[in-house]
Amino acid sequence: MIVFDKPKSLTDTPLHYCPGCTHGIIHRLVAQAIDDLGIEGRTIGVAPVGCAVMAYNYFACDMVEAAHGRAPAVATGLKRANPDNIVFTYQGDGDLASIGMAETVHSATRNENITVIFVNNAIYGMTGGQMAPTSLPGQVTQTSPYGRDVKTVGYPIRVCELLSTLDGPEFIARVAVNNVKNINNARKIIKKAFENQINNKGFSIVEVISTCPTNWGMTPEKALEWVDEKMIPYYPLGVYKDRSAEIQAKEDK
Amino acid sequence: MADKVLMKGNEAIAEAAILAGCRHYFGYPITPQTEIAAYMAKRMPKIGGTFLQAESEVAAINMVYGTSSAGYRVMTSSSSPGMSLKSEGLSYLAGSDLPALVVNVQRGGPGLGGIQPSQSDYFQATRGGGHGDYHMIVLAPASVQEMADLTITGFELADKYRVTAMILADGTMGQMMEPVELSADSVKTFDKPWAVTGTKMQRKHNIINSLSLVPEELEQQNFARYERYKTIEENEARCETFMMDDAEYCVVAFGIAARVSKNAVIAAREKGIKAGLIRPITLWPFPKKTLLDAADKAKAFISVELSMGQMIEDVELAIRCQRPVMLCNRAGGMIPTPEQVLAKIEEAAGGKM
Repeated sequence: MIVFDKPKSLTDTPLHYCPGCTHGIIHRLVAQAIDDLGIEGRTIGVAPVGCAVMAYNYFACDMVEAAHGRAPAVATGLKRANPDNIVFTYQGDGDLASIGMAETVHSATRNENITVIFVNNAIYGMTGGQMAPTSLPGQVTQTSPYGRDVKTVGYPIRVCELLSTLDGPEFIARVAVNNVKNINNARKIIKKAFENQINNKGFSIVEVISTCPTNWGMTPEKALEWVDEKMIPYYPLGVYKDRSAEIQAKEDK
Repeated sequence: MADKVLMKGNEAIAEAAILAGCRHYFGYPITPQTEIAAYMAKRMPKIGGTFLQAESEVAAINMVYGTSSAGYRVMTSSSSPGMSLKSEGLSYLAGSDLPALVVNVQRGGPGLGGIQPSQSDYFQATRGGGHGDYHMIVLAPASVQEMADLTITGFELADKYRVTAMILADGTMGQMMEPVELSADSVKTFDKPWAVTGTKMQRKHNIINSLSLVPEELEQQNFARYERYKTIEENEARCETFMMDDAEYCVVAFGIAARVSKNAVIAAREKGIKAGLIRPITLWPFPKKTLLDAADKAKAFISVELSMGQMIEDVELAIRCQRPVMLCNRAGGMIPTPEQVLAKIEEAAGGKM
C-alpha cells in the first residue's frame, strides 16, 4: 500500500527552498489539486519574481516566468488566448501585494478566469529579508531594523479583505499550512480554486499563510508557532467570498 | 486585387493586424494612437478576438507577453510616454525570445511632452528601450499604405526571428488619411513548437523564461541571440532611394520627415543641385550598406529629423564619418518645411559647413 507519493505534476527537480520553508508544502498542494482534477496536460503555471521564481522547474505542466508583479497580466494573456487551458499564478507578498497590486486588483475585478495562489510570509525572502507589504506592525526586517513603524511606513495590507470589497471576483479565501489540520483544509480550498476555473466561474485567489524561518530568524518549529501566535490573528483564516455559494444560499431561501 | 479604401494611418495598422491573423489586442488609452484601440474595440468582438483595455501600459505589455507565450499573434500600441512604461515588458519579451508587434505613434517629449508628431524616440526604439542587450526590428512607415504593409511585415518578421517588431510612426502618420489597399493574400505564418499550450501529456513541459542564473549560460544565450540579430542585419535592412544615382548631397530621413525631404530634393534638382534621398524603412537594422555606398559619390549628408538629432549618429556610423553630416531638425512636435530642408541642402552645396 502506498501511503505517501510525489504528485505526478511535480518534476523530480530538487526544490531550492530553505529548510523549514513551507513553499514545498504549497507546491505539493497545488500539484495534488492538478493531479486530482486530471488537468496537468492543459494547465499552464505562471511563476513570479521572488522565492518561487524557479517554480517553472518544479511543476511538470507548461510554465511561464513573469516579470515582478505581472503574473496576473501574463495569465490574462494566456487565458484569453486559450480559454481551454487552466492557468494559475503562484506569487509571493511583494510580488502580488506591492509591485503587482494593480495587476492583482484589476484581474480580480475583471473576474479573469484564473487561479491565484498567493503565498504570504510577511517578508521578501529571495532578496534577503526586507519589509513586505504584509510585514506585521513592529516586525524586524532588514529594511525595518527597528521594527515596522506604522506611523512612517503604514500598516500591512490584508489582501483578501481588500479584494472582498470588489463585485468582480468569484472566490477569495485565506488558509495556512502550519499544522496538519490547516494543511488538509488548504488542500480542499486550493482544489476548489482550480475547480472554479474549470467551471468557468472566474477569479479565485487563495492566500496561504506561509513561513520564512531563515529571514524571520527562527527555527522551523518556532516559525510554525509564530504563524499561530502572530500571523493568523492579523490575517484571519476563512472564506472571504464565494459568489456561487452565496447565490445558491439565496436561491435556497 | 483588393479595392482601395480611404483610411487613417492608425486604422490601417489595426485592420492590417487583423489581416495578419492578430486576434488579440491589449492597450491603454493615450493620444495620438487611440484610433487603434477604438478600431480594435469595435472589430475584435465581431471576429472572435480579444480587445482588452488594460489597467496600465505595464499590464498591457505583460498581457502581450502571455498571449505570445501561447503562440498567438498579438499586439499593443501606445505613444511615447506609454512606450517608456512598456519598456520593462519589451526587455522580458527579448529575454524570452517572444515575438510581438508593438506600435509607437510618437509624440514630443521628454516627460509628458506634447501630443504633436515627433521622432524623438529613435534612440529608445533602435537601442531596445529596456535593460539588457537586445534589439527590436524597427519599421518606419511613410504612408498610410506602408502603415498597413509594414504591420503585416512586422508580424511575419517577429515570428520568423522570435523578436519584437516595432512600428515607429508619428502623430502625422497616425492621423493622416490616404487611400490604402489591404490584402491578406500572402501573409506568412510560422510554427511555434516552443509555445505553452498545455503538454497534453505528450511532451516535456515548455518553459517561457528570461531568467538564467549561471553566467556562462546567460552569456551563451546572449551570443545566440546576437547571431540571430546578425542574420537580421544581413537580410532585413530596407530603404527607399530617390534620385540617388548621381547624388552629391544625400538627405537621410524617415517617416513624415522623408515626405518633406522628397519635395526639397526635387526643388534642389530644379536649382541644379544634385540632391538625393535615402529613406530608411527599417531603422533597426539600419540600412548601413546603402549609406556607405552613397558616400562614394556624396560630398555631404543631411539628416532630417523631428528630434534634436538622433538618427544622425547612425548616419555618421554607417558612412564611417567619411563625409560631413549636417542636421536639419525641428523638435517638440514641430515639422521641418521643404524650404528649411532645401536651405540646408543649399548650405551644404555652398560649402558652408
